Amino acid sequence: MTMVLACIDGSIYSHSVADHAAWAAKRLGASVETLQVLGRREAASSDRSGRIVAGARRQLLEELATLDAERAKLLQRQGRLDLEEARTRIEAAGVAAVATTLRNGDLLETVAEREAGADLVVIGKRGEAADFAKLHLGSNLERIVRASTRPILVTSRAFHPIRRFLLAFDGRASALKAVDAVSRSPLFAGLTCDLVTAGAETAEARQRLDAAAAQLRAGGMTVSARIAPGQPDVVIGAAVERDGADMVVMGAYAHSRLRSLVIGSTTSELIRACNTPIMVYR
Amino acid sequence: MKVNWARLRHEWLGNVRGDLVAGLVVALALIPEAIAFSIIAGVDPQVGLFASFSIAVIVAITGGRPGMISAATAATAVLMVTLVREHGLQYLLVATILAGVLQVAAGALRLGGLMRFVSRSVMTGFVNALAILIFLAQIPELVGVPPLTYAMVAAGLAILYLMPMVTKAAPAPLVCIAALTAAAIVFRLDVRTVGDMGALPTALPVFLLPDVPPTFETLLIVLPYSAAVAAVGLLESLMTASIVDELTDTTSQRNRECVGQGLANIGAGFIGGMAGCAMIGQSIINIQSGGRGRLSCLFAGAALLFMILVLGEWVAQIPMAALVAVMLMVSIGTFSWSSISKLREHPASSSIVMLATVVGVVLTHNLAIGVLLGVLLSGLFFAGKIAQIFRVRSSLSPDGTHRAYIVEGQVFFASSDAFLAAFDFREALERVTIDLSRAHIWDISSVAALDMAVLKFRREGAEVSVIGLNEASETIVDKLGIAEKPGALDKLMGH
Repeated sequence: MTMVLACIDGSIYSHSVADHAAWAAKRLGASVETLQVLGRREAASSDRSGRIVAGARRQLLEELATLDAERAKLLQRQGRLDLEEARTRIEAAGVAAVATTLRNGDLLETVAEREAGADLVVIGKRGEAADFAKLHLGSNLERIVRASTRPILVTSRAFHPIRRFLLAFDGRASALKAVDAVSRSPLFAGLTCDLVTAGAETAEARQRLDAAAAQLRAGGMTVSARIAPGQPDVVIGAAVERDGADMVVMGAYAHSRLRSLVIGSTTSELIRACNTPIMVYR
Repeated sequence: MKVNWARLRHEWLGNVRGDLVAGLVVALALIPEAIAFSIIAGVDPQVGLFASFSIAVIVAITGGRPGMISAATAATAVLMVTLVREHGLQYLLVATILAGVLQVAAGALRLGGLMRFVSRSVMTGFVNALAILIFLAQIPELVGVPPLTYAMVAAGLAILYLMPMVTKAAPAPLVCIAALTAAAIVFRLDVRTVGDMGALPTALPVFLLPDVPPTFETLLIVLPYSAAVAAVGLLESLMTASIVDELTDTTSQRNRECVGQGLANIGAGFIGGMAGCAMIGQSIINIQSGGRGRLSCLFAGAALLFMILVLGEWVAQIPMAALVAVMLMVSIGTFSWSSISKLREHPASSSIVMLATVVGVVLTHNLAIGVLLGVLLSGLFFAGKIAQIFRVRSSLSPDGTHRAYIVEGQVFFASSDAFLAAFDFREALERVTIDLSRAHIWDISSVAALDMAVLKFRREGAEVSVIGLNEASETIVDKLGIAEKPGALDKLMGH
């Protein structure tokens, strides 16, 4: 039995995550586990008197524990509501097996732990606290995409039926893996695929592109392959607009952390630039 | 090494505002303590102040427990009194550096895990002994001084304990010191001041090599002090780390903390500072004031140095009585008062361990010796308790020629006497069976006892067969990892 892990956080992306998870689960014949991670609690007392009274440690511990407990209870109640809502939504979409998991701790660590049994991780592009105006990605998203060993579906703000998808192909290992996975996955069976390479037209690039197109066609997809000159994020963004793709598929981070710190990462750029859901293969 | 950027960012920038505010409160509370601890050790206040600055800054970066405050401490200061008195400041600096090296080595050897042998009772004894040492160190300032001093100490204590009832917005120790200093200046009171105790810093610390002959004799002089400082420093640091763990519901990296404390002491020694470690009281103040990240300790160290350099002239005029009041508060706050009321409530063995730790420290003025005593005692008490989980049953065959002994429980040095005593060697038997399959043989004392039992039965003319020896002696093979093997725990508990 395959399993889709849907990461909910109570933000406006939660509905979209639920819908995308439902879509994927139905195509894969999978069950869904909706996961919400309640973040670290940072209770603070406001005593600046700098005093240590007798039994200060005990007193402070009790005070902090009380503050934490109140907050944790509230968060938990909200978390359960969010999870139930997501579950109802996914069940209404026709998926029978939906489990809900509510955990305390660090999102990254928890996802790493839960994804072991999952075949696909679904997560919203931005989180609860993200600032939409600045097009910033959620602070956790990049960490998860980097750390995860599973394919990740980064959802857009709302779900639209997926009929046509764009596969960003650069010929590197992770892109080859993406092509391979896409050609065999029931997730994409029967869809129309735009296979796009950003960059200069060379014989080598063309050859790799044709091989990838052939592999996808063998998987039962209608494929149009082309090479477009320019920066990947610009080219792919424009291609999505023009062809009306409902989803973008790509291989993930090829650069080291340090290098991407300096020159930026194409993967992050693409996730930022596209308004469609994005499927990332490691 | 893989750098965990997200964690780094969280530890440094996760709580900027809270850390800066708490860091400032801590810095204000650190100044009187750093001066007071220098005076305990018998060195100029500048030695403790430079130490507090460099230790706080270095541990903030290298330590394994964000939110914990490290600086010059009483626990390490009391260890160095005789070294300073007999050999002088330069040897103290060498001892500080060497203690740092030992601590780094302890961290590299992953000795942080040894803390699990320090029981709760020993920890309580440690903090109580520390409180008593801090209190005792104030006595010279309280005996044979003009009556005015008592009035000032009383006024200081009143401010420290009453002010927080009115407002918790400003640090009470600061107000106490400011008020008493102002009173002393305005009324031209003739009292001892910090300036009388030695030099205060007038410039930034500089890197310097301690001026000692680089000989083997030097090493022999400082090594005992360094070892004690290293041990006490790590003990108090790891103990404080577990207190901060408790308070903030997070975990710390103990071995990294050992290395961090070591590097901090090495750094302190090279800029003319004395050894230090984590501070229980200051760390509680930090958490209480909202500090959680590494920034608060760094800012506390930096702010401390800045204030001393800017306010040096005023700091020199702080009356000693004000410092004594603050130290009395620290002493009272450090002492675990509930441990006294619980003396009768707790098992006698725990109470004895706690008291032995306190007595050991107060007699030797060395926290390491007290803790060692406490750990040894708690180990002995534990062995004594476990030795009671031991029973021998026997049954005689109907014809009276064959007795089967069934041994159950833990056989080791503390129970091997009881083991031998359980056999009746005077009984005339043809055959004896000793069934060990439900017992554990932990050490060679118990093997020797078993050999002796078999031998004695043979002398009396009985045929002895021992069964279940393999299962029973699995534990002797000193594979401490036995509990990790699948099913091993069931075996230990069950058979």
